[in-house]
Amino acid sequence: MKTRLVCASFIALAVSATAACGSGDDDSSSSGGGGSAKTLTYWASNQGSSLEVDKKVLTTELAKFTKQTGIKVNVEVIGWPDLQNRILAATASGKGPDVLNIGNTWAASLQSTGAFMPFDSAALDAIGGKAKFVDASFKTSGMAGQDPTSVPLYGLVYGLYYNKKMFADAGLQPPKTWEELQAASKKLTNPGKGVYGMAMEGGSYTESLHFAFIFGQQHGADPFDAQGKPQFTTPGMVQGVKQYVDLMSDGVVNKSSVQYKNGPEAPGDFAKGKAAMLMSQNNANNTLQGAGMKSSQYGVVPIPTKSGNKNTASFVAGINLSVFKNTKNKDGALQMVKFMTSPAEQEILDQPFTALPVVKGGKVKFTDNPAEAKTFADILATQSVPLPLVPAEAAYETNVGNAVNGLIAKAATGQKPTDADIKSALGEAQEKMATAG
Amino acid sequence: MVVETVKAAPRAAEDPPPRPRRRRLSGPRLTPYLLVLPAVLLELLVHFGPMLVGVWMSFRKLTQFFISNWSQAPSAGLANYRLALDFDGPLGKSLLHSFQVTILYTIAVVLISWVVGASAALVLQRSFRGRGLLRTLFLVPYAMPIYAGIMTWSFMFQRDNGLVNHVQKSLGLGDGQSFWLVGNNAFFSMAIVAIWRCWPFAFLMLLAGLQNIPDEVYDAASVDGAGVWKQIRYITLPYLRPVNVVLILMLFLWNFNDFNTPFVLFGPTPPKSADLISLHIYGNSFVSWNFGFGAAMSVLLLLFLLVVTGLYLFLTSRRSRRA
Repeated sequence: MKTRLVCASFIALAVSATAACGSGDDDSSSSGGGGSAKTLTYWASNQGSSLEVDKKVLTTELAKFTKQTGIKVNVEVIGWPDLQNRILAATASGKGPDVLNIGNTWAASLQSTGAFMPFDSAALDAIGGKAKFVDASFKTSGMAGQDPTSVPLYGLVYGLYYNKKMFADAGLQPPKTWEELQAASKKLTNPGKGVYGMAMEGGSYTESLHFAFIFGQQHGADPFDAQGKPQFTTPGMVQGVKQYVDLMSDGVVNKSSVQYKNGPEAPGDFAKGKAAMLMSQNNANNTLQGAGMKSSQYGVVPIPTKSGNKNTASFVAGINLSVFKNTKNKDGALQMVKFMTSPAEQEILDQPFTALPVVKGGKVKFTDNPAEAKTFADILATQSVPLPLVPAEAAYETNVGNAVNGLIAKAATGQKPTDADIKSALGEAQEKMATAG
Repeated sequence: MVVETVKAAPRAAEDPPPRPRRRRLSGPRLTPYLLVLPAVLLELLVHFGPMLVGVWMSFRKLTQFFISNWSQAPSAGLANYRLALDFDGPLGKSLLHSFQVTILYTIAVVLISWVVGASAALVLQRSFRGRGLLRTLFLVPYAMPIYAGIMTWSFMFQRDNGLVNHVQKSLGLGDGQSFWLVGNNAFFSMAIVAIWRCWPFAFLMLLAGLQNIPDEVYDAASVDGAGVWKQIRYITLPYLRPVNVVLILMLFLWNFNDFNTPFVLFGPTPPKSADLISLHIYGNSFVSWNFGFGAAMSVLLLLFLLVVTGLYLFLTSRRSRRA
């Protein structure tokens, strides 16, 4: 037993050391995974404009929860680059928080660690029942056929942002098909003036993976078969990747965006009028408005599909809420989950965090533009599918995302990737999945 | 001498030498050991402990399924090692590629850092006006926080507004539209940053070594007609040998294991040309969540470095003895 404890300390140390994580909150580590009956620790992901803003918002809201229940919540807001490694370290050491945010694409992978509390029917009843959640969002809660280990908290989906003035000046309407999008991109591209039809985060493997999946879905391709085995080289997958990479090959994207990661560069180009369109999630509003663009200057439509293809416009993105299995305050944790997913709190939190409500009947509050609100809500409800809920999701994201990044880099440096190139890159990614989950 | 020995022998037989008194570790004699003990324990805890756990992990199927109960991870036998060393398979192939990139990177960075550092040390060895200022300036890269330095380079390597492309265009060496952080150029960018980071250390060590060479040796060589190159070949380099043995070994180990440079420049998933082995292992362990396989690659890396270091020290010490 002692040996295990010492070993657990070592692995936690090793994981934490590589995590390059921040200093953290003393409270969270000391009381994690089991605060007293009157205390909970909560790891929140960074959703708003800064860690400080998030902490302020959450502290204010959770004070209401404390008032209602007498349970104090110690909040720590963690930036995205650190969150996954912090969760892994907590999982290895067993010293985690009571409640935490996870990216919903990690739900299946984290579920397979066994470190999270399953929301069985009793737990779901305690938080208000499964039926209170938007169906599409709830599908991201965990693997099919098992009790979920997370529930939706903030909803995000992709939309196509377009610059109203640039479209009007060019006599264009927002595109309804991919062919129209390509034509509009070409018409609006003027490299001499540094203006392009589309902005792209070509250096982000997560973004590349998202679009490989969305466009693959449009072509009717699933990355995994019914047994969960990868099938990345099917014609639909290849055509899906090609659809995305061709934006770079066709020259409608600034080649420099091959260096853009998940930062402010691509939304910044759009906000400054250097790109006429941007495919992004609804939380781009914060960045766009922060860069000086007014909400009246842009419109949003669903990402279009090639004529005749499926009309999938997004995957179901967003943030879920999980409870660590070893919490000593399960009831308190469930009360907190119920509080955070209550319609009233959703309306409040969705504004600073630019999120869609994940509960049925919730009002879209992150924008004052009714058309934009309706578009995003409709995309979530009717045109979104979850990313594959397989244990190897993390490896899928890495391997396919990097393969697509490599193809974009090839296109940016002047070599248009062929179908064979794409199939070969995806085949390599598939082979690397050999040991993943 | 012989007579004395013969005479001494019977005396020794008659009067056996007094038994050496057993030193008892008590009081003041124990103090040094007690003072060292915390450091030894910490060293064991911080270095050897995780290393042993890493070796154990390399023989386990340690994926996300077992991380919360990782001591129960099933045995993988040698499977992780087989995958890593199967150079026809995708994982082995990518490890081999990463290894080759790392070797090239290490050799280039160590060699160029040494040449630049040695040149600067030779120039600054002689006294002249402004030498102090130059010495201080040369040490700036070494003194600057690594993260800040590499971040600055990443800005300079940007395609649109980066200083490197601006200078390239100003000098008429291109159109100023090169990609430095994407494709094959990423390797050169990474190496340049590492050389910038390493050469001041080489400079510092070699300058210290140079100042230990007596002037009289150079004077004598000069009287005998030795020119600058002969002096460097037959005086400077042999005198610097002990410094170089340590310096080259340290530069080799640092750069072979370099994580900061590629991670800050490219993030967790670098371009293929800059896929250094440390980041490769990180990606497999912490991005793809395959900790057992990552540990196996780490152990192989450790063994490689132990062999290379041992061989290097053996060869250099043998040559020293011959000299």
